[in-house]
Amino acid sequence: METVEVKGLVKAFDGHLRARRGRSERVLALDGVDLAAEPGEYLVLLGPSGCGKTTLLRTIAGLEQPTEGEVLIGGHVVNGLPPRVRQIAMVFQSYALYPHKTVLDNIVFPLRAEGMERAEREKKAAWAAELLEITPLLRRKPRQLSGGERQRVALARALVRDPAVFLLDEPLSNLDAKMRATARDELKRFQERVGTTTIYVTHDQAEAMGLGDRIAVLEHGRVRQVGTPQEVYDDPADTFVATFIGSPPMNLVKRDDRLVGFRPEHLLPAENVTSERVTMPLRVERMEYLSGDRHVYGTVTGIGEETRVIARLPATVATPLAAGETHEFAVPADRFRFFDAAEGVRTAAVPIGGAS
Amino acid sequence: MTDVKTEAEPVEAGGRRERPKVGLADRDGFLAWVMLLPSVVYIIALVGIPFLLAIAFAFSDVTTGDPSFDFVGFANFGDVFDDRVFWRSLRNTLVFTVISMLLIVVFGKILANILVADFRGKWFVRFLVLLPWTTPVALSTVSWLWFLDSIFSPVDWVLRNVGLIDANVVWLGQPGTAMASVIAVHVWRLTPLAAVIVMAGLIAIPKDLDEAARIDGAGFWRRMFEVTIPLTMPVIAVAALFGAILTFTDMTVPYVLTRGGPTHSTDVLASWAYFRGIEGGDVGQGAAIALFLFPLLLAAAVAILRAVRRLEAR
Amino acid sequence: MTTTAPAGKPVGKVPADEMERLRRRYGRRHVAARCGVYGAAVTAALLCALPFLWSVISAFKQNQDLYNPESNPFFFNMPATPDHVTFLFTDTPFLTFVVNTLIVGAAVVAITLALALPAAYSLARLDRPWGTPMGIAIFMVYLVPPSLLFLSLTRVVVALHLENTLWSMIVVYPTITVPVSVWLLIGFLKAVPKDVEEQAMVDGYSRLGAFLRAVMPLVFPGIVAVVVFSFTLTSSEFVYALAFVSSSPEMVISTGVPTQLIRGDVFFWQSLQASAVITAVPIAFLFNLFLDRFVTGFTMGAVKT
Repeated sequence: METVEVKGLVKAFDGHLRARRGRSERVLALDGVDLAAEPGEYLVLLGPSGCGKTTLLRTIAGLEQPTEGEVLIGGHVVNGLPPRVRQIAMVFQSYALYPHKTVLDNIVFPLRAEGMERAEREKKAAWAAELLEITPLLRRKPRQLSGGERQRVALARALVRDPAVFLLDEPLSNLDAKMRATARDELKRFQERVGTTTIYVTHDQAEAMGLGDRIAVLEHGRVRQVGTPQEVYDDPADTFVATFIGSPPMNLVKRDDRLVGFRPEHLLPAENVTSERVTMPLRVERMEYLSGDRHVYGTVTGIGEETRVIARLPATVATPLAAGETHEFAVPADRFRFFDAAEGVRTAAVPIGGAS
Repeated sequence: MTDVKTEAEPVEAGGRRERPKVGLADRDGFLAWVMLLPSVVYIIALVGIPFLLAIAFAFSDVTTGDPSFDFVGFANFGDVFDDRVFWRSLRNTLVFTVISMLLIVVFGKILANILVADFRGKWFVRFLVLLPWTTPVALSTVSWLWFLDSIFSPVDWVLRNVGLIDANVVWLGQPGTAMASVIAVHVWRLTPLAAVIVMAGLIAIPKDLDEAARIDGAGFWRRMFEVTIPLTMPVIAVAALFGAILTFTDMTVPYVLTRGGPTHSTDVLASWAYFRGIEGGDVGQGAAIALFLFPLLLAAAVAILRAVRRLEAR
Repeated sequence: MTTTAPAGKPVGKVPADEMERLRRRYGRRHVAARCGVYGAAVTAALLCALPFLWSVISAFKQNQDLYNPESNPFFFNMPATPDHVTFLFTDTPFLTFVVNTLIVGAAVVAITLALALPAAYSLARLDRPWGTPMGIAIFMVYLVPPSLLFLSLTRVVVALHLENTLWSMIVVYPTITVPVSVWLLIGFLKAVPKDVEEQAMVDGYSRLGAFLRAVMPLVFPGIVAVVVFSFTLTSSEFVYALAFVSSSPEMVISTGVPTQLIRGDVFFWQSLQASAVITAVPIAFLFNLFLDRFVTGFTMGAVKT
């Protein structure tokens, strides 16, 4: 039995121009989403801004009512139920700590709403504070805390509810780059310790790859692919996932009615590829040195239409290259992915000329 | 420090070939003064000076008939204190202010909550709700004069037909009901303003907080008393003090509705000052009465400042 | 987890029929809440607007209908008549009052903008160390009420020979409107990103030029809001108008109607009611159009000063 499941979820928002142009201006934030999170799983919803991932999270939480479809928590349909009976806990992007309450009062607020005894709720708050190492901060007000401390308070407030599922809405986006790495690690360790199903929304693929047991990639209100980080990276379901995940993105070369895709790190000077390979001449246009790697921008010919591609050469590849030269590059044959040029979806492999 | 910084910004003339000139229009310090000065001069001329003049009048024997200024010391204050109407109007002012303010804040808060809710026809409801405040006071009060008429009052008609009263109440003819009527009209008129101010506070609360409270399991009342009200407290305080000041210094409603009657039972300091100073022609005494408003106003102003400060501290 | 959740709460551990019951309960609650909202909205609207409804009905009543203590005030017990409304326009100086109110309002709004706009810019953007205290000082002026000043201002008006003219009001009313307008405009100006004027300055405009050409167009909605607000305040003002002007042709609506349409004990009740409604509706309409702007203006001014 899945902890959280959504079936055929559609959410329409009325556009701003409703009054003037009639009902046709509706915007579909969710366009038929089916997704399930297994018990104890860390599921990440990843997508560009406006893809509907936050709407999906809010619909699960009960803050938005779906236009169509069902939300199931613990196997029960919870449509129409308010957030408080859904047994969920949510951490907002802003953390939404009550600024006029102390940290302790923030943490016990959900328990007081449940009508828990004073002694019991204090005990529970102490337990959560202990777990998140914020015991010394209990008497402070939120504005006296750093970003990372606020995040931990928000987690503690979510934790004391014993939720069936944690919903996290880009909790790291308000932290500076340095804090983010530590906070990410803390989040992961926290979830491993608590073991509660977690749904995590982000637009940052590094966060998604690092945290998620599985990643659901969304675009325009649809789920494009669900899979482990490795699956979505190595076996993207369509060109959107292929180009959204990975930096630099996957190279796509048009060949007849197909797109031939390969990751920049698999495009290497031919002499460095020893396995079964496909070679192609690459005219180097420009190079960047990024933390030891060489990013080579150039144009390939021979495997399809002439296309600009990027090759990422690790520091161990020392082949001398210069702008303006043409060099023989190669990709291991098993690293190619094929997509339908019109639909963008994965298709079966086709033989490519130039194999050697 | 800031002056030095401004002097050092001639580069902004940007792109010109010849040596860039720093015109007066580029000097922040100069501009700041020039732009502010007209307002300051105007306010000093028409608020500052008249205020000092009001103090001076309070110590003089100026009347409309004899505008020459003679210093008479505290004579005006002595006369005012000896007048039982003054004490009556001072008491009326306080009663009027305290009761009106409490009602205005409570109703204003409720009304603000209604106005931020989401429902169809909101625009029209808002329009109707704003009517009492946007109508010139004098006109709406004249309308009320009819609704509280001793013989033809529609209010009495309704009460008679419901069976609550046998004969007309004559609202404006008895001290108790006259004061109640004045307060009711005033509350009716100012509640929309209070609601608008509180609405501003409600809208400023981040939406996340309310949603977090809903997820935390708080119901409507708990969210209201533990999240919304504490967070809007500074704004409510500002609305309350505004209401207090507007009520405390208001004379329109008593003036039009009851003319201070019956027998001064609804006279407030402002209307009494008007009757003495303009209609009675004794400017000195009128000014002395009006001056009594000031210390209380000052206290209210300080309270507003502190509320605003707390608002900033958030 | 160390502690178990309290009974009755967890969705995941209840049987299906319980869920169904819960859903029905919250469905009913939702309906009840919606009804509550509509009920409250209708009640509020009625409490505020009922007197105006009465006014509208009364304005069209015949004398025998109106001056009969037994007749229902909500219905026309005799056929409605427009006579008293026509009377208001043809036989009373009401139209003169309207014109005077518009003249005074327009002049006051113009003076207010001319004074308040530069002042607000100076306080909001030019970052002088005295900016904040000065802003608060100007706001405090709003709290000095007409009832404290009308006696001495009357003497000032007499000394300037402006008594019984529209000028007396045009000169004095901005003391009421300028402080609030500065406060509101500061809020609107602070909402304009600084980048915009800095870009204009980099593009070759002076500070003043940047204000006039880049910032002004962006705060235009705020300016409109301030215009409406000032006009509302001006048209409601009563004490100064009463103290400065005592001759009918120079009166504005707020003093003219209560003093001139009431002659001794003769009230033109229907006409009075009509005048109240005719004045109230357009102002409330305008105000409602800009309500959201005032609300944001208020908050921004308060939070960011």
